[in-house]
Amino acid sequence: MPGEDMEVDESVTSVKLKQAFAGALLGRHAEHGDDTLTVRREAWRDVARFLRDEPDLRYNVLMDLTAVDYLTLGDGGTAARYEVVAHLYSLPHNQRVRLKASVPDDDPHIDSLMPVWEGANWFEREVYDMFGITFDGHPDLRRILLYNGFEGYPLRKDYPQDKEQPLDHNAQDPTFYMNKRDDAGSETRHMFVHMGPSHPAMHGVIHMTLELDGETIVDGDTEIGYLHRAFEKEAESHTYTQVIPYTDRLNYVSPLINNVAFVLAVEKLFDVEAPERCQYIRVLVSELSRITDHLTCIAANAMELGAFTVYFYFIKAREEIWRLVEAICGARLTTTYTRVGGVMADLPADFADRLMEVLALLDEQMHDVERLLQKNRIFHDRMRGTGIIAPHDALALSFTGPVLRSTGVDFDVRKTTPYLVYDRLDFDVPLGETGDNYDRYLVRMEEIRQSVRLVEQCMAQMPDGPVQLDDARMTMPPKAEVYGTIEGLMNHFKLIIEGIKPPAGEAYVSVEGANGELGFYLVSDGTGRPYRCRVRPPCFALMQGLQKMLKGGMVADVVATFGTINMIAGENDR
Amino acid sequence: MGLETIFGSGFITSQLNKIINWGRKNSFFPLPFVTACCGMEFMATWGSHYDVARFGAELPRFSPRQSDLLMVVGTINHKIAPVLKRVYDQMCEPKWVIAFGACASSGGFYRNYATVQGIDRIIPVDVYIAGCPPRPEAVLEGLMLLQKKVEGEDILNRGAPIMVNGQAYSEERLVHVEPPMDRRANHVIASHEGPGVHPWQGFEEAERR
Repeated sequence: MPGEDMEVDESVTSVKLKQAFAGALLGRHAEHGDDTLTVRREAWRDVARFLRDEPDLRYNVLMDLTAVDYLTLGDGGTAARYEVVAHLYSLPHNQRVRLKASVPDDDPHIDSLMPVWEGANWFEREVYDMFGITFDGHPDLRRILLYNGFEGYPLRKDYPQDKEQPLDHNAQDPTFYMNKRDDAGSETRHMFVHMGPSHPAMHGVIHMTLELDGETIVDGDTEIGYLHRAFEKEAESHTYTQVIPYTDRLNYVSPLINNVAFVLAVEKLFDVEAPERCQYIRVLVSELSRITDHLTCIAANAMELGAFTVYFYFIKAREEIWRLVEAICGARLTTTYTRVGGVMADLPADFADRLMEVLALLDEQMHDVERLLQKNRIFHDRMRGTGIIAPHDALALSFTGPVLRSTGVDFDVRKTTPYLVYDRLDFDVPLGETGDNYDRYLVRMEEIRQSVRLVEQCMAQMPDGPVQLDDARMTMPPKAEVYGTIEGLMNHFKLIIEGIKPPAGEAYVSVEGANGELGFYLVSDGTGRPYRCRVRPPCFALMQGLQKMLKGGMVADVVATFGTINMIAGENDR
Repeated sequence: MGLETIFGSGFITSQLNKIINWGRKNSFFPLPFVTACCGMEFMATWGSHYDVARFGAELPRFSPRQSDLLMVVGTINHKIAPVLKRVYDQMCEPKWVIAFGACASSGGFYRNYATVQGIDRIIPVDVYIAGCPPRPEAVLEGLMLLQKKVEGEDILNRGAPIMVNGQAYSEERLVHVEPPMDRRANHVIASHEGPGVHPWQGFEEAERR
């Protein structure tokens, strides 16, 4: 019943909302500490605007917007088949809220949030692409990850997972030109230039169409989805443990952070916490991953600007870190290191010594690269004053991570909502000033140094103890028990065949990924497989702001700007 | 193209085969068609640590007109499949293809509406490198395998029609032939039902047909 649990545990947000929109608030819960408000569909945009503008709330960032198809859960398929879910964050008050609204099957539409947050743009296009829900007032609602000619909406529960619809012709979306063709009256003749999907300076498959006036970019369009491989659909047909390998391949430059984020979300559903040593190990590997991510980003970026030496130096440093990662979990890149309730194995015996060697080498390479780039006239010319984004634009477009921090906005999930043991560790969050490419480069370089500090502190503080919870609901029994006792054998069998079963409910966990806030939103129906597994990819939001950063610049700046955004197609397209 | 058109058939001796193939195998110009995670291992292999220059393949060319080795690095989905095919068609003969990693070889562990179940449904492949992603050592082995293959080629016969899973390759259309895995599975099941036939004996026969 709506209103039944309204009495318990009121938050500022719900009190304010009840005062302003008495009839619009249909329900509220705070499962696992996530403040969740369900509102009437008709009031969707008004409530959103209120939450953004009310001085005590000021939810100024739309972190995520997605949908869930409740066809096979509850009384699905009737009046409330779909639910549109938005995760909001208030930077001034450092609080979060989840906003939901039901959308019926026979009339799947809802107001667009673009007038409130510009960043709703691509998120809504994705929901339209995957669920077929239309957003009233969205100026450019068309497919984003899939292509014209694709029939049906793949994340609906009644779409078969393996129903392929191959393309017979080039899937290029002509919408951008068609819109432009109408502007025949303009005086200058503009030229259209394609970049991608197979382009030398683009590590990652995207297709940019740029409208040029001479060498100046007038307008542009970004087409993504060339690496869409249906992570979210795959996750629905795999057990929670089986999803972990898929998370490696989301952001494949820092896979360990994805591993950690996903298991944190499942642990939130269980309301458990991993043992202390395990938490330190998770922070340690996350920071190692962040270092490799930033190294790769700077290496590729410098290479594309012509500084090949930097690439060789940093790939060498990354290689050494990968060897460490391999010693930890047996794989260089696709790690699958974490488990629900712990990690796969403890650190190897000689880890501390090897780590110190690698960090010494890293320090040397950092020093070399700084001397190569920061005193390099060409590098300054290419990076300074290009790809600028203003702080208010960055927030409106849901930017997070180094790109947001380069504009001077102090937002780092590790500081604002510390998870694991980040609150016990001492580190600084580097901020930029102008929000240009050079600032993003500097922020990343400094973050590498801060990550090294974190790694060293982890090694110093790490206590002894188990690395996996002793909890029969999620932890494999030891082999001696499996072979020796009937309970152990049965438990092992159930965990393998049926998977671990978190209680029904929903949870959103965000961590500081290498590119920004990486969020996992899980809906569990109490079975061994996630009912819905949503990733909030940091790149996705950054990429929708790319054209804004390019507009007015030169065509040569595209390479530098695209490089510092550090798009990882795996998490951008999922 | 090239040599074959100049000399015509019946003239070139095996010695010429040898010297030309020696040149070809030691100077690949790879076009990295990098889409996904495997690209990270591609970068590692092409970095200084593993030094792919030992095999003469260190210079990636991003134009299909200038390259003779197409390395498909990563997952190919239905949206990028036409692009991949166009890139392949734009390359001049002689050309070779390496499927780099599990996804390019077979779709990997992505069995869904978006992913092409192996690039050999679209273009012919010379060498498959296993691994998700393959380690740099495996990549180098794949490269050496291709070198071996090139070594044994008859340069006059490169013009023969290319078959993709039993169908002639066509530049006009995206082939998308039936997945070979399905046929293999059916055949293995059938041979199990017959008396006393080892499944793999029958498999080879079926491949020849």
